[in-house]
Amino acid sequence: MTDITTEKARIGAPSAQPFINGFTEEGENLSPVNTGTNTSTTSEQPSAGPLGGASAKSHSHGGGVGIPDSSRAGRLTSYRLADFKPLNGLEEDWRFTPLKRLRGLHTDVLNGAAPAVSVTAPAGVVVETVGRDDKRIGQAAIPEDLVSANAWENFAEATVVTVPAELQAESEVSVLITGAGEAPSAQHIVIVAERFSKAVVVLDHQGSAVVSENVEIIVEDGAELTVVSLQEWADNAVHASSQQAKIGRDAKFKHIVVSLGGDLVRVTPSTRFTAPGADVEMFGLYFADAGQHLEQRLFVDHAVANCKSRVLYKGALQGRNAHSVWVGDVLIRKEAEGTDTYEANRNLVLTDGARADSVPNLEIETGLIEGAGHASATGRFDDEHLFYLMARGIPEKVARRLVVRGFLNEIIQQIKVPAIEDRLTAAVERELAATDN
Amino acid sequence: MSTLEIKDLHVSIETEQGTKEILKGVSLTIKTGETHAIMGPNGSGKSTLASTIAGHPRYTVTSGTITLDGEDVLEMSVDERARAGVFLAMQYPVEVPGVTMTNFLRTAKTAIDGEAPALRTWTKDVKAAMQQLRIDADFAQRNVNEGFSGGEKKRVEILQLELFKPRFAILDETDSGLDVDALKVVSEGVNRAHEEGNMGTLLITHYTRILRYIKPDFVHVFVDGKVVEEGGPELADRLEDEGYDRYAPGAGVAVAPAVQA
Repeated sequence: MTDITTEKARIGAPSAQPFINGFTEEGENLSPVNTGTNTSTTSEQPSAGPLGGASAKSHSHGGGVGIPDSSRAGRLTSYRLADFKPLNGLEEDWRFTPLKRLRGLHTDVLNGAAPAVSVTAPAGVVVETVGRDDKRIGQAAIPEDLVSANAWENFAEATVVTVPAELQAESEVSVLITGAGEAPSAQHIVIVAERFSKAVVVLDHQGSAVVSENVEIIVEDGAELTVVSLQEWADNAVHASSQQAKIGRDAKFKHIVVSLGGDLVRVTPSTRFTAPGADVEMFGLYFADAGQHLEQRLFVDHAVANCKSRVLYKGALQGRNAHSVWVGDVLIRKEAEGTDTYEANRNLVLTDGARADSVPNLEIETGLIEGAGHASATGRFDDEHLFYLMARGIPEKVARRLVVRGFLNEIIQQIKVPAIEDRLTAAVERELAATDN
Repeated sequence: MSTLEIKDLHVSIETEQGTKEILKGVSLTIKTGETHAIMGPNGSGKSTLASTIAGHPRYTVTSGTITLDGEDVLEMSVDERARAGVFLAMQYPVEVPGVTMTNFLRTAKTAIDGEAPALRTWTKDVKAAMQQLRIDADFAQRNVNEGFSGGEKKRVEILQLELFKPRFAILDETDSGLDVDALKVVSEGVNRAHEEGNMGTLLITHYTRILRYIKPDFVHVFVDGKVVEEGGPELADRLEDEGYDRYAPGAGVAVAPAVQA
């Protein structure tokens, strides 16, 4: 069963004026920013690191026999930067991203100072800083795009957070990641939830940075892990984050992306089921302001039987050239009988001049499933909504907050860490206060 | 007792062809306790009058006044008008994403009264009012008007009327699109609100059908942005029989057909 609904503004004549250069209301029209100009920037290919070249881990697949290019299963993955073609912005994976604003993450050697990492963890949780040759690196993830591979080749050290087997962490593990400047940099984080452990890990991104980050997440058999990735960067930050999780038998994994701050934030979470009985929930919340580009592209790989996934991303947009992108790829492979999956994206456009792109993709290679669905709806909060609420005595500011708070709260309440929930509620209020002027 | 007074109201809108005058000098006085029906053909400006009183930004008042007990309503913002006691039951209530009915009703009630309603009695009041209007209890958890049918939306408008207890209610074609059963339910709601408090009602309608259930004290016939005839309930009966044809441009009101010569 599939279900696509598109909710458009019912009231008010649609404007023919494209609010974002290169875009029309009909759909994306490949931005001139992305075309042609960036095609010859490969001169500074860094040499292959220890994970590249002849390394045992080096492999790439994709475009294999019988897998069409358009299938998510056919995407090139590799630890080697050199395996990826330079970006020109026309690629399916990059067509919404303004490459010029990546500030070199796709072209430069990422040797700037990496954001500082400081971890506060409850008793029992092990936190280590390790070198590139640590054996845990590369266990859960393999770069799926050039920017991720660039970080993989360039990161100097990694932070590894391990929740030992059967440990029930009493409080959340807080990983504070503070930008260390605007030179393009690389970051690597590994989170391991061992068998039957239970924990919440918060990746808290703050400050100014231009960084490509790889987060590897291993959820071993029977473990229950929540990872919250907060992007509350300063206004000038550029952040690409590939967050890949490998899910064990009967494990439970909840992944929550919250993107509020930064000039360009592109989070690409993937979850791969490796054994039956696992349950994954992926949530996202984003609030794009004028000029901000907040992108999220997720992938759920149902590679084995009898797993369940639920995806819900909600975004609010306000201000000229606020742009959000949500792409949800769900793949149910032939082996994944008994799969139960549903993904949805909801956007609320608060003012004129903002753009929300939403692309749910569901690939189903077996009919023997419990259920599979996807939905996307983008609605406007327009003058008629405002009039309706105000005609009931509700002042304008209260009316706006009422709508946005109600809309986004559904995601915030999934976090279940009261301090973070309060902080995000306050952050949403601040975003709203910004439009009052 | 309160008085809502409209004097020589001229209202225009901006269209692609330029400014268009819709209301061309409307005068009307409504006191609490009274029910006034405004009847007229499509495009006569009835709904414009309703929206203008509520303060919809699309409509520009070029001259004339609206006062509530002497206070200038036109100076008030939309929410101030509502808090002053003016309620507009809309012809096409919009869906408001992200806000549940429960949250909406409580927020509006708090804004109108200036203080939050006592939780226990409020919940009970809402439940009882919903029951009387035959609105399913699960609507409370749904977003405002989202996915409601036309009839459900109208019932929810009357639900608000009953809960907010305004001094003046303007019902903008609340009857259109309703089947007879829904019409009865909605009319009962309006009549209850009338009996309970001191409410003045401006009932805007195209059809006479609703006047069988809500008895007007005064009937005003609206044609081309003006009141062309006024009278008591008997005028409605006459309209039922004769329709609006005799008010058509060139027909001349109450003039013998032989004039054409």
